[in-house]
Amino acid sequence: MIPLSWYLIFSTALFCVGLFGVLARKNAIGILMGVELMLNAVNLNLLAFWSYLYAAQMNGLVFVAIVFITASAEVAVGLALIISVYRCRRIVVADEMTELRG
Amino acid sequence: MAVIQIVFILVAVVTIISAGMVVSVRSMVHAALWLVLALLGVAALFALLQVRFFPVVQVLVYIGAIATLIIVAVMLTRQVMQDVGSQLNSNWWLAAFVSVTLFIGMVWALSNWPGMMTTTRAVPPGGEDIVAFGKALTDPAGFVIPFEVASVLLLGALIGAIFLATERKEKQG
Amino acid sequence: MNFLYDPVGFLAEWLRGLLSTWGIPDVWITFMLFLVGAGLLATGAMVLVVFLIWGERKVIGRVQDRFGPNRVGPWGIFQTFADLLKIFTKEYITPTGVDIVSYNLAPILAVASVLMVWAVIPFSITFYGTDFNAAVLYIMAVGSIGEVGVVMAGWGSNNKYAMLAAFRAVAQLISYEVPMVLSLVLPVMFAGSMSLVGIVQSQPVWNIFLAPLGAIVFLISSIAEVGRAPFDLTESESELVAGFNIEYSGLKFGMFYVADFLHAFTISLLFATFFLGGWQGPGAAQFPFLGFVYYVLKTGCVYFLTVLMRAALPRFRIDQMMDLNWKFLTPLSLVLVMLSALVYKILPKNMVFLQVIVMVVLNVLVYVVADWLLNYYEKRNPRPAVVNELRPMARFPYAVAQSSSVSKKAREG
Repeated sequence: MIPLSWYLIFSTALFCVGLFGVLARKNAIGILMGVELMLNAVNLNLLAFWSYLYAAQMNGLVFVAIVFITASAEVAVGLALIISVYRCRRIVVADEMTELRG
Repeated sequence: MAVIQIVFILVAVVTIISAGMVVSVRSMVHAALWLVLALLGVAALFALLQVRFFPVVQVLVYIGAIATLIIVAVMLTRQVMQDVGSQLNSNWWLAAFVSVTLFIGMVWALSNWPGMMTTTRAVPPGGEDIVAFGKALTDPAGFVIPFEVASVLLLGALIGAIFLATERKEKQG
Repeated sequence: MNFLYDPVGFLAEWLRGLLSTWGIPDVWITFMLFLVGAGLLATGAMVLVVFLIWGERKVIGRVQDRFGPNRVGPWGIFQTFADLLKIFTKEYITPTGVDIVSYNLAPILAVASVLMVWAVIPFSITFYGTDFNAAVLYIMAVGSIGEVGVVMAGWGSNNKYAMLAAFRAVAQLISYEVPMVLSLVLPVMFAGSMSLVGIVQSQPVWNIFLAPLGAIVFLISSIAEVGRAPFDLTESESELVAGFNIEYSGLKFGMFYVADFLHAFTISLLFATFFLGGWQGPGAAQFPFLGFVYYVLKTGCVYFLTVLMRAALPRFRIDQMMDLNWKFLTPLSLVLVMLSALVYKILPKNMVFLQVIVMVVLNVLVYVVADWLLNYYEKRNPRPAVVNELRPMARFPYAVAQSSSVSKKAREG
């Protein structure tokens, strides 16, 4: 009933909204939220292709599982970094994190 | 229009609007809450694809862990940015241009592919075979190596996050 | 099917027949039946909470050597209705500066996350919401939505203490999900499927005999998930002034209250499903109503146990709770899952009695080793002894004893 093109166009749109968030947001956590949107768009794309064309093979599902795992690992480390920088320097805007020492 | 098409359009519109709110709302906590709604919408779309397992994993991992962590981190770092003023940096028009160009380019490239209008699905109507998925993840001829590498990646992330978050008592006065 | 054997199925068929004679297409009939069923289930759950609150107050009262509520109606049954009337008619005091969306959405999320679990629980062989084949993960996922509600309640109240309490609550809830999921691997492994219907139907012997230590770990971690005593740091009435519920009044607080009791009953339901065999019992497969009765009896026993634990045990501190989780429950459940999987795989599949004995021995061994390790650790790092003098304690005043002996002598002589 639903053509594959609807899913692909929707995931492209979600990816572009996430890209806008990454490029245009000031707050470092806002950038991370944009990255999450992009990862979700990628997952949706993979699952749509798997469901419509390649459902006999498990490659697609394993790829989606690995993307889930990688996204959660990256968010954990990214937030630990941001909170650590905030603790030392009290800055959370990405443009102001310019010095490495300290 | 079949019922399922109406449902898809509704869920897709809600998700895109929530995603737009995530990247443009002024208050960071509100952005995190809109992110929760967008992730729920993506989980609903997974369910429309007739996969049984992944919508639940999406809610459990993304909303239960990642979104909660993002909300807590936003609340812990709130004192500097008092949520006033624009939340977008000075190059936001260039970012918008890049996003729109990318969207148009990808849709045009996809429209040249003949398989775009398929409506038949290869997935069996009962959903995916979880037993086959589990076997693929642990089969030496299957995907056990990526699975184990992902486990080591999670272990590294766990240890790294704990190390980063520990206060170095000797450095701070 | 007869009304007495299977009341719910009988009613569903009768309603379906009635609606199809009215000429409604089949898809809409199914949709309307699902809506009616969901509404009835949610309403039944909320009405049940009324009697749960009454039962708990009576039992706690008796444990504390007093009657519970006994004025309003025979045995005080209508006490909760009176409390409900009071809560309904209370004024909503909204403090200034609250975040309107977060403040108002949080109680709804808390109740919704508990009610959504009831959709996958099998009450009898024909009476269940849906047979979802990833139901165990669904239950955990839905619990996670409740945690987002707690954080929203704490932050939206514009109150530093509410936010602190919400952080501690979220830390507790996230931490105790880990041993809960790990101990749930055991019934899934024994049944071979993640759907609750499959788990209930494939228990030749109750899972509590195949994994007693896993059942205990599940019970402890799910009581901590609910936030009930002795883990009720999140709503401790004597410390952080009711935790993240500080700024809520009227029916919004009533929603949190209802969610607490309903969640406690829901984990009793889940314990009965996973470890006590669900609706199984003599004659439950032919008479679904009998299965429902067995299920309610088993759940009532487990709920009674949690109420007794609330009445008897003092509260944990936050660091004691985190130590208990990360240093005891998580390694214990990891080791238990690994060893149980290994031993269960090499046991023959059809000799149930042998399986039970071997698994019980394994669980007792794991517990003995864990206990010995804890004692060894305690001997190596003893808790620091009290080095100052003891504070003066209130002792039985000897003056009163002497005066009573004086009065005895005065009475005699």
